[in-house]
Parts: sequence; C-alpha cells; structure tokens
Amino acid sequence: MAKVTVDGIEVEVPNGASVLQACEAAGKEIPRFCYHERLSVAGNCRMCLVEVERAPKPVASCAFPVADGMKVFTDTPVVRNARRGVMEFLLINHPLDCPICDQGGECDLQDQAYAYGHDKSRYGEPKRAVKDKDIGPLIKTVMTRCIQCTRCVRFAAEVAGTPELGGTNRGENMEIGTYVEKALTSELSGNLIDICPVGALTSRPYAFVSRPWELSKTESVDVLDAVGANIRVDARGPEVLRIIPRINEVVNEEWMADRGRFSFDGLKRRRLDRPWVKRDGKLVAATWPEAFAAIAAKLSALPGDRIGAVAGALADAESTLALKDLMAAYGSANLDCRDDFAAIDASRPDFHRFNTTIAGIDEADALLIIGSDVRREAPVLNARIRKRWAAGKFPVGFVGPRGVDLTYPAQHLGEGPGAMGAFAETLKAAKKPMIILGRGALTRPDGAAVLAAAWALADQAGALAPDWHGFNLLHLFGGQAGALELGFVPGAGGKDLAAMLAGGVDALWLLNADGFDPARIAAGTFVIYQGHHGDAMASRADVILPGAAYTEKDATWVNTEGRAQRGRLAIFPPGEAREDWRIIRAFSEGVGKALPYDDTGAIRARLAQASPVFARVGEVARSGCADTSGPAAKGKPSDAPFALPIEVYHQADVISRASDTMAQCAAVYGPQPALAAE
Amino acid sequence: MALSDKDRIFQNLYGTQPWNLPAARMRGNWDGTAAILARGRDAIIEEVKNSGLRGRGGAGFPTGMKWSFMPKQSDGRPSYLVVNADESEPGTCKDRDIIRHDPHTLIEGCLIAGFAMGAIAGYIYIRGEYYNESVILEAAIAEAYEAGLLGKNAAGSGYDFDLYVHRGAGAYICGEETALIESLEGKKGMPRLKPPFPAAVGLYGCPTTVNNVETIAVVPEILRRGGEWFAAFGRPKNSGTKIFCIQGHVNKPCNVEAEMSIPMRELIERYAGGVRGGWDNLLCVIPGGSSTPLLPKHICDDVLMDFDALREHRSGLGTAGVIVMDKSTDVIKAIARLSAFYKHESCGQCTPCREGMGWVKRMMDRMVTGDAEVEEIDVLENVTRRIEGHTICALADGGVWPVQGLIRHFRPLMEERIAAFKARSTRLAAE
Repeated sequence: MAKVTVDGIEVEVPNGASVLQACEAAGKEIPRFCYHERLSVAGNCRMCLVEVERAPKPVASCAFPVADGMKVFTDTPVVRNARRGVMEFLLINHPLDCPICDQGGECDLQDQAYAYGHDKSRYGEPKRAVKDKDIGPLIKTVMTRCIQCTRCVRFAAEVAGTPELGGTNRGENMEIGTYVEKALTSELSGNLIDICPVGALTSRPYAFVSRPWELSKTESVDVLDAVGANIRVDARGPEVLRIIPRINEVVNEEWMADRGRFSFDGLKRRRLDRPWVKRDGKLVAATWPEAFAAIAAKLSALPGDRIGAVAGALADAESTLALKDLMAAYGSANLDCRDDFAAIDASRPDFHRFNTTIAGIDEADALLIIGSDVRREAPVLNARIRKRWAAGKFPVGFVGPRGVDLTYPAQHLGEGPGAMGAFAETLKAAKKPMIILGRGALTRPDGAAVLAAAWALADQAGALAPDWHGFNLLHLFGGQAGALELGFVPGAGGKDLAAMLAGGVDALWLLNADGFDPARIAAGTFVIYQGHHGDAMASRADVILPGAAYTEKDATWVNTEGRAQRGRLAIFPPGEAREDWRIIRAFSEGVGKALPYDDTGAIRARLAQASPVFARVGEVARSGCADTSGPAAKGKPSDAPFALPIEVYHQADVISRASDTMAQCAAVYGPQPALAAE
Repeated sequence: MALSDKDRIFQNLYGTQPWNLPAARMRGNWDGTAAILARGRDAIIEEVKNSGLRGRGGAGFPTGMKWSFMPKQSDGRPSYLVVNADESEPGTCKDRDIIRHDPHTLIEGCLIAGFAMGAIAGYIYIRGEYYNESVILEAAIAEAYEAGLLGKNAAGSGYDFDLYVHRGAGAYICGEETALIESLEGKKGMPRLKPPFPAAVGLYGCPTTVNNVETIAVVPEILRRGGEWFAAFGRPKNSGTKIFCIQGHVNKPCNVEAEMSIPMRELIERYAGGVRGGWDNLLCVIPGGSSTPLLPKHICDDVLMDFDALREHRSGLGTAGVIVMDKSTDVIKAIARLSAFYKHESCGQCTPCREGMGWVKRMMDRMVTGDAEVEEIDVLENVTRRIEGHTICALADGGVWPVQGLIRHFRPLMEERIAAFKARSTRLAAE
C-alpha cells in the first residue's frame, strides 16, 4: 500500500494504482474522457491532468502510477488552466449542436463544459467536418462530434474481441472508423453507445426519439439470453424507448448484448392483446370469460394424465410455479420445461446450472466448451471468458462445428462428442478446470449420453472438487433455468414433452413455449397457448391467453447460474393482456381449484418454499461439488457432429423475431441469400 | 581555436573516401574492438559517463546514465538497442552523412553500445526517405557480418550481437523514441505513455535503449581515445565534438564536425563562409533544428553553441541544425511554415496537440498577411502555452516553441504587419 496525499487528504491505495484512483479514494472527482475503468489506459484526452509535487509538468492522472509519499494537487491554477485548455481545444472542432444531439443531457463533454468551458469561443477559424461512417443498423455515427478518445477502439479490441475499429490518418485529420466501411460484427456493439463520451456513437433506433429526462426508468433484468444482465428499461407512456445495462459486477459488469438491448421494438408488434378461441377451425376474438370457459369445458372432461403443460424459454418463475400448481390440482404429472427437447437431468441442481458462476470464470485456468457458440448464446458471458483469456495462461478447447469464432483462440478438437476427451490432459493439468456444456448439445437424440459424458470428463479432470465446481450448463433464455429450479419436469408417472406431443395428452397448456415446431403436436390435441407474441405456436392454439412480456410484469427470473433476479413492470401489458401468473390464478378460481395465493407477496413466499434459489434474490450460493456421481447415462454418445441451437443471433426468440431493428440486423449479419448469378 | 583534423571522429563526413570496410579500417574503425569489449560492461559505461557525452538527438540526456538504466541481470527477457535514424527534424542532415559516408562508425558503435547494455540485438530504424542510405547501411552491415564483426562472436569478442535495419515510412513522430518502438513493432507510430520508460518496457515489452545515430557513432572513438579526450572539448557538461548542419542564408552551407561551445558567429563564419551579405545582414538564427526557438542577431553575436548557453537564451541546441536567416527573410512566414509542418506531423493522439496545432497554424497563416487583430498575438501566445507541456510526447512542445520565439523576439514586426494590413484594407474600402 502507498500513502498518497491528495489536496491535503491522506489516502492509502495499493501499489501500482494510478493517481486517478488515489484521487477518487480521496473523494476528488477527476474529469476524464478517454479513461474507462474496464479498458486499457490511453491517456490521450489530457483532461485528467493533475499536479504532482516535484513533477515538472502536470501529469495525466489516469496513467501515472502512485508512489509512497506522493503529494497530488487536483485544484491548482495550473491544473485548472490545463483542463480549461483541453476543454477549449476539444470544443474548437466539436459541433455545438447539443440541441439536436441525442447524447444531450447525458454527455460527458457537455457536463465537463459546465465546469471548464468558456462563455465564448476564441476560435474563429474554419471548423473540421468528418464524414459519417455506416457501421451497421444499430449504431448511428456523427463523426464530426468525435473527440478521438479511442474508447470505442479499445472496447472493440479488448472487451468485444472484434478489433474492427481504429484511427486512420494523423493529427487533426485523425478519424475513427473501420477503414473499409462495414457493419461491426460484434454482438456487444450496443455498448459502444454507452462508452462513447460524446454524441459520436448513438443508438440508431433511439435517434431523435426522446430526451433522458422525459423517461421513466425501471430497473429490471434482461431475459433474452440466460446471463440475466441487469438492465434499466427507459419508457415513456406505453412505449419502451430504450434498454441500457446497469452495473452488476458478478453478472454483466456493465455490458449487455445487442439482442437484449435493441429488440424492444418487438414488444409493440405481433402482440397478443386479447384472448382468442378457435371456433369452427378458426380463431376468433373472445373475452376472458369465454376463453376460460372453453378451457374449463375441455379440461373438466379429461382425466389428469391426459392433460399436460409445457413452460418455455421466456416463462417467468411465478407463472411457471402457478401452472405447476394448477396441473397438480388437476392431478397431472405431465410437465416439461425443456421445450427444445434438451435432455437435461433435473434431479440435482448442479446438473443444470452454471456452477462455476460467471464471476468464477475469473479464477478458472482451463476451459473446454462443448457444443456451444458462447459468443452468440451468451455474448456478455463470452466477454468474461475473453477477459480471463486476456489475463493469460488460459487454454481453451472447443468441440463443435468448424468456423466458430469465439473472439479468443480456442483449440478446435473436433465436431462431435468423441472429441471431448482430447482436452482431458489439459484440464487435468489445470488447478481449476471448467467445462461449459451448451444446452444445444443436449437436444440431440443422445443428449442424455452427452450430458453424462461431459460430467464424467469433468469428474476425471478434477473439475468436481469439494471447493471448485467446474461443470457448467449454459442455458439460452431467461426462463429456462427458473423452470428447472422449480422442477417443472415430468413427475412420478408423468410424460415428457416428446410423449405429450405424440398423443400422450388430449390437452396441452403451453406457457411461452415456442421452442418446438407446432406441427409436432398430434392432431386433435387441444392446445392452450399462453404468451405475448403471435408467433408460429399461437396459430396452432385452440385458445390463446394473452400474457405480459418481461418489461410488463413484476416477475422473477433465474439466470444460468441459478441466480434469481427481479424484473419489474416498466409499462403495462397491451390491451387485455395480463400478468401471466394472475391469468392462471384467475382460471384456477373459476374452475374451483383456487391456488393458495392471490398477491405477489404470497406467490413469492410460495416460490421461496419451492426452491431456496428464490429465497436469496440477487445472490447465488456458490459451492464445490459434494457428490461426483453423475447424471443417469443411456449408452454412449454417437459421434454425430454438434449443431448450434441459434441459427440467426438477432432472431432467436419471439420478441426479437417481431422486432424491425433485429430484422434489419438479420438482413445484414444473418445468413445471406445466395446471389441469383450463383 | 578550430578543431584540428586529427580530433575529428568522422574522418569521412564528406565522402572523399569510400564508405566500405577496408577504407573504414584505414580510418581506424574496428580497431581493437574486441579489446574494448574485453574491458567489460561497467567499464565502458563508466568511460562514456566520464566523456560527458550527451544524447545528440535533441534532448541532450547524458548517454552513460541512460545506458546504466538497463537491467544488469536479465529477468528472462532479452534487451534491445534501438538506433534512431529517423532523422526528420527540419534543418538536420547529420545522421544521413554519417550513414552514407561513415556507416562503420555507427555499426561499430552499435556493437559496443549493445554490449554495454547487454542487448542481444540492435535495430536501426531509418526513415523511409533515406532509401539510398539504407542500401549503403545494409551493405555495410553485410560486410561486417562477412568479416565476423557482427553475429556470433562479434569481432572476436566472444559476444553475440545481431544488427537489423528497419525502414520507416517517413513520419516525423516516429523519431520520438516510444513512437519509434511502436512503429518498429508494426503499429501506428504513436508515442506511449511514460512511465514505464523503454529501459523497463520497450521494444516487444523488453528493456530497450533508444539512441541517436551520432550518439552511437562517436562511442567507439571515445573508448579508443578515452573519455577525457572527448571531455576536453567544450565547456563542462557540454563536452565533445558535434556535427553542426549549417544552412540557410550562408555562403557555403555545410555539415561540419566542430567543438562544442564554439561561438555561433565563429561557427558560421569559419565553416559556412559567413552570412550572405555579411554578419550585419543577419536577421536571426534557429540554432538547433526547427523545434528550437529562433534567436535574433543581437543574441547570435556572442552566444555559444552548446546545450546550456542556448538554454539560457530560452532556445536549445536540439540537433544542431543551424538555420540562418538574413534580412531578406519574411520571418513570420518562415515560422508559419514550421507551424504547418507540426500540424501535419501531429500524430493526433493527445487533444492539445491534435486540435491546437491546426489552430496555431491557421492563426500563423493570418499573421503572415497581417489579417488579424493585435490582441490575437496574445491569444496565439496563450494557445501555445496551453499546448506546451500538456501532452504525452514533446512534439507539441517543439511545435509551439518556434511560435513562442517569434512572438518573444519579433512581436513589433507582427504588429506592424497587422497595422499595414488594416491600413491597406481601409484604403481599399475608401476607394
């Protein structure tokens, strides 16, 4: 530790800390543009200059290491003059177009100009103008506003792992761009909007839409992947206008993935905003009592074991539990939450969790990824892996299709399960080895065998120790892990999804279940679809119950680690749509099987009872592996190559499939149609 | 007293003899190199320290001390010597003549300096425009390898040392040592933040020392003749001989190796044939390459050419590129040209330099015609002060010093120019 005196305040900071960190420890705010805690230090904006005793010139506090006994002055005439100078220089070529700039109100340059700006400009020469760059459908550029801080360059190269941005030319002609114009290929590109300190990179869908002070801000979680990134939903009236990440060091740091950030316009399209009932082979609009009556009439005529329920990718924990309780009331054990047919063993929580935890990746020292394109399935988690890789000494192996670019080098071991063993020696040599098994790897017919083989490999490699759990299952969507925690799987004598679809049931209640092809449902099965989007599955339904999307309800979501987090209502569901668990509760009352809870507090108490995960919201109980006996194996895995579950990153769920922004992205980044000439 | 020919280190500065190895050996290069290396690292550094040699690239940092910053014991990383031959300072052309006429002084110096700092290899970063020079240098290095003077057991010393030439692409900023290292690594030539200094983290993250060509090339002779011999020239702390590049309005522009602390007037009159039209026709002199502030005639009359004397007059020895301007010169235009150069060469990394250099250049352009207000001279001065000392490297400092020197010494001329412009435009308006 080094003792540093900042403006007369003595603080102790670790050796190797920067002067800026020491100033912050002393409670002194240092203005900065290029410095960012999670990026490398560039030291080029020169805004954070401070005086250090015995230094001949003011020093850049972000880059200057502390020394014991150092005396720092942050508010002297020299410092103020230097900062005023930098501000003046930044403003001479910066357009003073704040009134039409989308960054206005949350712009670092604007804020600092209040402290260090002049009332009028001394600069009378022509200003520089820079041609705007087209870097894709998500980010709007106004490059004349760029102050060349290079945060975006460093973010793309260091965090996203897609070094596509850089500075071309020299001096005042320096421009940030891709050199050859192209759309950025990162799934984390939206974060560039957040880290840009000025209005050079702004959100294209949000352009000219709103001012930050007009928005009502609701803290929530992202459910469009299974990371559970903490987000803030900014809404005005009935519309979500943007979604930005919140800081949570153990989950998403301060990043979020593009699909979660930009698909909110899908919340306004193709919505199920009223109940529908099929009459004479056609869906017709109905009222809630009519819809409930149609369901009640069907279910009351059936024995319990002819009724089934499926919870899907975007089902929240409350409604999943309510549906499970309702099925129990009907005497049905036909439950399944694996709507993608993944052979997940729900008999023990560590068979289906990301046991190492996301923050635990920082401690791991070897990694094998099986059948998962982590970059597209969980971009933020992939950035965490990349961060660990960048810290050094982190061999990564990959089993899956060729041509997958994870943004860090991974040894491609093979395409099928047989290749897993090739990495065993590397894992064994590591102290804290990790295996990430993609949920997509379990959707094969031999999924159970793959799961067992991966577990066995983890066991052999020493990844299952009393103080380290290196077996990890990576889910794809926000509702999947919660349903598993609640045990939404076939009970004693219950049928699984495949059996239910094959005619094992006469009535099927689908809660946000869009994961399988509707054509697989046996003809004659009565289908109740409860969800928020009129996607393919809704058209197969006999009764449609309009539910709320994740921004429209107070709900609990569990991420792939088994971390329960609360989403909150930012806007009200459209039309007749209602919060999902309340729909089930209302139905239960109408059929005389009233569920024993009727407010949020009561159902959450019931949740906490059902699984300890819901008793400690926001936290995860990380533990080693107490019992190394693995999931039940059925034979050996075949050597068929793994297929990846997400074909088009930008259109992987019902919300993003309804989004126009994501459709534009899919057109740019997705599989390109073959040219006519070919 | 003039420096006698026998005390000149660069015996072939004018290319009167061949540059090749046999001729170089006749001139005394590569004589007893193995014996010099046999003295050991510490003895060599001590001798260089005793000689009082200061870096010839502009900043004048004591060379022996710089070498002593290199780690004595390797922590597993190799050490490197990098020679800065990116001679881009306007007014300077000394390294060019060393390389094309006396390359073996440099190559021998590289071996000795590399040995003294424990470097396994040396890189000579030569500016891209010096194509012919790089050809000669490559040929000279090939000769040296052929003769066993480089490579394994270099010069029979038992020490292994490799030497490579890397051609730059002609950016002034790549003469800044850390930008040079970046460029050598294949990146965009942008100066690095210091600390860490190159002696701790330099080329490819390894300990590195960057020295100017002339600094390295004088080392073998210093070690052959002894540090005291070198220290005998010039004033204390400014010792040695130095190549001066004299140009501009002189009768015989030339490069000349002279004693340090020689009076400027003697330097110009003895070696460069005097100022065009006589000493009284002198307007001003830029004493050390374009970055150093100019000195008006009354200072030039008796100033000594060394680091400290010029610093006293708020200028500097720099690279000793002496630019002489007689009274026919439009000195404002001359300095405006330099401002344009520094604007063009700013790397664009730091805000004050990136944005400020263009501003200074544009104001200087108006000062040339007089299309300005008198108060703008103060704005210009203030802008240069806000640039100076606020950036990562010294390019910005060097870029604004000439303007500061102009305002310091020729402010009345600038005001006259503005008044004349105003008078002219009033007259035109009246007509």
